[in-house]
Amino acid sequence: MTTSRKRFTAPQRLLHWLMAICILSMLFIGVGMVSTVTPKYLTLVQIHKPLGIAILVLALIRLALRFVYKAPALPPDLPEPIKLAAELSQYVLYALMIGMPLIGWGMLSAASYPVVLFGSVHLPSILPVSPSLHTLLWRAHHYLAFAFFAFILMHVAAILFHKLIRNDGVFEAMAPVLTRNQPK
Amino acid sequence: MVQSSTSSGTFRLRPLLFIATVVAVAAVAFAYTAGWLSPHRLTPKKIVAGLAPPGGPALGHRRNHAKGICFTGTFEANGDGSALSRATVFARGQYPVVGRFNLATADPNAADAMVRVRGIGIRITTPDGQEWRMAMIDAPIFPVSTPQSFYELLTASGSKDPDAMKKFVSAHPEFPTFVGWAKSAPWTGSYAEERYNSLDSFLFVDSTGATHPIRWSIVPTAQPVPISPDELAKRGPDFLEQEITQRVAAGPQRWTMVVTVANPGDPIADPNKAWPSDRRTVAVGTLTVQQIEPERDGPCLNINFDPTVLPSGITTSDDPFPAARSAAYSRSYNSRTAEASYYPGTATGAKQ
Repeated sequence: MTTSRKRFTAPQRLLHWLMAICILSMLFIGVGMVSTVTPKYLTLVQIHKPLGIAILVLALIRLALRFVYKAPALPPDLPEPIKLAAELSQYVLYALMIGMPLIGWGMLSAASYPVVLFGSVHLPSILPVSPSLHTLLWRAHHYLAFAFFAFILMHVAAILFHKLIRNDGVFEAMAPVLTRNQPK
Repeated sequence: MVQSSTSSGTFRLRPLLFIATVVAVAAVAFAYTAGWLSPHRLTPKKIVAGLAPPGGPALGHRRNHAKGICFTGTFEANGDGSALSRATVFARGQYPVVGRFNLATADPNAADAMVRVRGIGIRITTPDGQEWRMAMIDAPIFPVSTPQSFYELLTASGSKDPDAMKKFVSAHPEFPTFVGWAKSAPWTGSYAEERYNSLDSFLFVDSTGATHPIRWSIVPTAQPVPISPDELAKRGPDFLEQEITQRVAAGPQRWTMVVTVANPGDPIADPNKAWPSDRRTVAVGTLTVQQIEPERDGPCLNINFDPTVLPSGITTSDDPFPAARSAAYSRSYNSRTAEASYYPGTATGAKQ
């Protein structure tokens, strides 16, 4: 699933950075909203739901683009364990980007909450009302959110490692604009 | 394609420190947002914990208003609410209702005569799939003015310090107004004879987009018959549930939903302050309770009567309570659904 291109295509890069903003906001909103009883709670919940669905849609588009345009190959001199970690982490990140919104949607459905996006626009319920299902999904949503954030921190640390220590072109493959000291 | 790898043997400290700093700053920001660095932040967890009796919460039950019974029925809108709100629920028509009569106690086995405040949870669903959920009580005002004060009330009433309540009252001059109601208002012997009030203010949004601060009540058509708590106690600990079951079996019970519109300057943000009695009221429809069902396996068991589940055309106002209630109700719901196996008689949970 690699291409001879050195960089991801422009639509892929655009989606990556757009989603980076959305997902980081989402994680901060999520962890913030459950820790407050102020009116901010409602505002954050009202952003959380439509933003989650937006991330789901963007992630599916991105997955399709990935199948079409593929990804630039990793540097050939990258040690095998790191290469493996890099590839596995992409599977994990895609699974979280698609899974978390679905789990949230299912969790609300199992709790008999309406899934309101904005105004009178709402999504159908995707699961039967069930305390046990709700509990399972709520726990998954909760713990996976922390795992997601941890993964993003690792992702950031890894790409900074590629850029600042190895300077091997991996950062440039997804950089929004080309930096001056790009690899030859 | 690779320009330079690290020259072997050279340990480059500065970039590693930079990476560690970036990760650490992000992690601290996340922890701060989560409230882990702010132990004084009023969280849903604290409020829900404050509601628990000394022996801990009743597992599998709502953390407050724990004793209750389900009902189904209808809300029949007369169309008059449409001038104030464009919500479909006010368009002339009949909409299904699931609800729950309840007592404001954390003990699902409390004797009826021991609980001063009674409540009702209602969910009205319109054919377009929108919902209006509400949780109302029979008191005309809320005990305190802010969620923070409510938490202080919970802390004081659960405190071992004999002076805790005295200190609370002296710091919250609004509280005695509520106590005055609790001491003087007559008790009734039926859920059907109670008037239930939203207490909180919401905004109705009309078809032009203009907002109207409102509160609402449901006013019983049944005539209230006063009864002393002692007399109620003699009728048995679960008299209210038995009475409403028999009463509704004999015939549907009705309430008129009355919306009160605020005048400019009325206290919107404080449910402890009643609005003057001459405010404009609009009767918008009739709630009819047609069937009572035990909570166990009943249609209300798995519903969170979160007062912020609102149709388009109704929004929250400056009143800080609906947000706090929503946050706390959600936590209560997450806890009790995880403990569903403790709920008597429903090892597999209830039907929808």
